[in-house]
Amino acid sequence: MPDRGIENRALNAVRARGRSPMNRLVVVGASLAGLRAVEAARKTGFAGDITLIGGERHLPYDRPPLSKEFLEATEPGVEARVPFFRSDDVFPQLDVELLLGQPATGLDVARKVVHVGDRQIDYDALVIATGSQLRTLAGTEHMPGVHGLRTLEDSLAIRAALDAGARTVVVGAGFIGSEVASGATKRGLEVTVVEALPTPLVRAAGAEMGAAIASLHERNGTTLLCGRGVAAVEGDGRVERVVLDDGTLIDADLVVVGIGVSPCVSWLEGSGLAIENGVVCDETLWTGVPGVYAAGDVANWLNPVFGVRQRMENWTAAAEQGAAAARNALDPENAKPYGTVPYFWSDWYGSRIQFVGVPDADEVLLVDGDVEDGERWVALYRRGDRLVGALTVNGQTVIMKYRRMIAQKSSWGDALEFAEKRWASA
Amino acid sequence: MKVVVDFNKCAGLGICESMAPDLFEVNDDGALVLLKEDITDDELQSVEEAVAGCPTEALRIER
Repeated sequence: MPDRGIENRALNAVRARGRSPMNRLVVVGASLAGLRAVEAARKTGFAGDITLIGGERHLPYDRPPLSKEFLEATEPGVEARVPFFRSDDVFPQLDVELLLGQPATGLDVARKVVHVGDRQIDYDALVIATGSQLRTLAGTEHMPGVHGLRTLEDSLAIRAALDAGARTVVVGAGFIGSEVASGATKRGLEVTVVEALPTPLVRAAGAEMGAAIASLHERNGTTLLCGRGVAAVEGDGRVERVVLDDGTLIDADLVVVGIGVSPCVSWLEGSGLAIENGVVCDETLWTGVPGVYAAGDVANWLNPVFGVRQRMENWTAAAEQGAAAARNALDPENAKPYGTVPYFWSDWYGSRIQFVGVPDADEVLLVDGDVEDGERWVALYRRGDRLVGALTVNGQTVIMKYRRMIAQKSSWGDALEFAEKRWASA
Repeated sequence: MKVVVDFNKCAGLGICESMAPDLFEVNDDGALVLLKEDITDDELQSVEEAVAGCPTEALRIER
């Protein structure tokens, strides 16, 4: 008979050697996910050093308003309110060292060091939350009057152009571009949206509903041209016109390019982390490298709700993943899976578009409202015999009920029964 | 314990309803209705998730 006591003592000694002390948390990326990571670390009682590294020089700020209310006209002399998450006294209170305006430049997982230029910052636990960067239209990157929209500076520049009454061309009929188009139309400006694909928003909402949502543009007086590429953006010193691949010329003072983002991973080159459409993580947001976790737009993780890999580009996932990654990084032995039913919203022309779940479906069924009148509708997404997604336009009172049903893996039959009841009682 | 909603910040996005439907519901007009403000021990975790998940940071728990 082996002596269990000796065996256990030996095992514990091995475990103790294997567990490194947890004195330093480093979070790379000072937007929503990074902010929530440092806040969650303190909330769990972590008393060690925390460093928050950000490429932008600003304190963390909220991005969704930048394409929505921040672009709205204000009274002369009134500045739009910058949506900072926290005032600057919060970070000393949290005892968080801020390194802003200094992007991380490299990661050495063997020595557990993050490089920020010449500086080396040691970590015991690391959360990578570097987000994503805009895809650009080749050849237009430095042309005055052409902007993407991701940062505060981008939004300020677009806002100033709208204030000046710019004739606006939006390239890409995704959510960000559509929100800008909506804001410009609301100001009474001339707006054209150009989309390269025959149907917009297919990846986000599927072909049928993508077309239905996009019809809000025409209904509200915005010209939408689909299946047309941009051949050139021309101008003498600044943008003057956009040339489409069918020869169409559109005069423009402002061009907003909204053709998607890619995860910010170039600084991780050579680090040994698995990179494929972002930083590859397991369901606890762990990269498989000791101490290293990822969160937000940059994280390609296994979502246990659907059993598939996903990389989210939405607010809710960034906030929740930031907190979950920090908690797991600081206590890896008790790491918990992070699962979610994806959620995003977008506001155009006074309508609220909301989507929960995933759009890859065997069937999309309109269960309430009318796509033709464009006022309000509810569509459900079926895969196999499960409800996997729901889209509403001005359906705020039902969308979250479907989110719960998706999380609970409700059947298609149950979803239809619920929809029928809602319809009957309306 | 009770939950407090800052209606100046709330945009009716509804994440809270998906986390804690016994306390929160968004109505037909898109406005949040607080169904009850007192939180039971059983509800605490889901309300904490709602606070953390709120995209306008409009919720807090008063202990």
